[in-house]
Amino acid sequence: MKIYYLPSHEYIKVEDNIGLVGISVYAAKQLGTVTYVDMPEEGDDVEKEEVFGAVESRKAASDLFAPVSGEVLEVNEELADNPRLINNAPLETWIMKVKINDLSELDALMDEAAYAAYCEGLSH
Amino acid sequence: MNKLTCLHERHCGLGAQMSPFAGYDMPIEYEGLDAEHLAVRTKAGLFDVSHMGEVDIDGPDAVRFVNHIFTGDISELPTGHAVYGMMTNELGGVVDDLLVYRKGADSFMLVINAANIDKDIEWIRRHAGAFHVEVRDRCADFGQLALQGPDSEAVMKAALGIDGSDLGFYTFKSLDDGTIVSRTGYTGEDGFEIYASPAVIVAMWDKLMAAGVKPCGLGCRDTLRFEAGLPLYGDELTDDITPLEAGLGMFVSLDKPGGFIGCEALKKQKAEGLRRKLVGLAIEGGATARHGFEVLDLDGAVIGHVTTGYNSLTLGKNIAMALVDARYASLGTALQVRIRRRTVAAEVVKKRFYTPNYKK
Repeated sequence: MKIYYLPSHEYIKVEDNIGLVGISVYAAKQLGTVTYVDMPEEGDDVEKEEVFGAVESRKAASDLFAPVSGEVLEVNEELADNPRLINNAPLETWIMKVKINDLSELDALMDEAAYAAYCEGLSH
Repeated sequence: MNKLTCLHERHCGLGAQMSPFAGYDMPIEYEGLDAEHLAVRTKAGLFDVSHMGEVDIDGPDAVRFVNHIFTGDISELPTGHAVYGMMTNELGGVVDDLLVYRKGADSFMLVINAANIDKDIEWIRRHAGAFHVEVRDRCADFGQLALQGPDSEAVMKAALGIDGSDLGFYTFKSLDDGTIVSRTGYTGEDGFEIYASPAVIVAMWDKLMAAGVKPCGLGCRDTLRFEAGLPLYGDELTDDITPLEAGLGMFVSLDKPGGFIGCEALKKQKAEGLRRKLVGLAIEGGATARHGFEVLDLDGAVIGHVTTGYNSLTLGKNIAMALVDARYASLGTALQVRIRRRTVAAEVVKKRFYTPNYKK
């Protein structure tokens, strides 16, 4: 399973043509305790780099952007009752599972090393 | 380029998340908003509020002039007391909300919002012409700390050697070096605000940090004031919102002799009845209704907007303040709020969500 990132701090973990989308460790820390996750519906089509939901803390609401285009196969229902799971383990706590339409869209995303360097740049 | 307060290096040293606010680079949070909010509710927290503005009004006409520009009646305000109120424009809209400190018979200090400093000083000077007063911009002379929370009195005594036990709510004293200590604040808790030279403020900050007081950012300053039902200029108050609409009529002396700028407009508004009112909303569900979100009636028509909204740490649920059509302002009225692509149920409730613990 390989992980990719958007500059807006969403990740997608990919196996075959299925992706698990969530927010990065950096984003979860910046946001603070998550109070709510606004998720799409199962069966929704999401578009690459379009808003598919939002994640909220007391401090702010941040839109969630889709790393790829595809169909929402499942949303993480556990987050409805326990949104702070995201703070405990951001990379294990995916928000939606998507069927990726076009795997070549992944080529435009950052890999783990590139994203780490990107975050490093933001904190200086 | 944002301005820096005298404590900027301290904030950076503590690893605060910094963000532009009202033209200043200000700390939003240090350890985290929630921990800082709870520290103020249960113990004590320290805020750098050096961005706030100070203006001195002195001279033989000082009482008459302050009464002319201020909604409250300060003619009987004793020296050593402070009072909250607003400056309003000719239409009754709020130029700013502020504290007026009476330092002497003909001597006052006005404490104004950072975002409004230039506008306010221009406004004050423009209206001072017919009065024998001196208006002095003191913003650069003062830093300001807010020490807030139930332990504030004990902490201030232990760390700074300043005894606040003789200060009642909304009173102040001046120390030998010109420092002003008032029992005031913006959190719904007991506490003090300290105005002093930047060098003194930095030394006090260091002593309070050494005593273990938690540094608190503007993030929790906003959640704390919001829970206590206190307005923030730019959210609940603007040039286009009157104090009556914002539910602040108790700070407006419509009948004081000579009136004040905006008095006639406010009298007229009161006589004709309010068309908009600031209300509290209890919001169904987990999503937070934030500033600018639309408030709808049950048919989906827009009847107002959210001014501030949070997931309240104290209450554990989503609440908001909203400016709505007065016909929908009665307690218990069922409404809706549009949060992104969904509408959620809301109910009009009292807007003081948290009962303040002030020392009387």
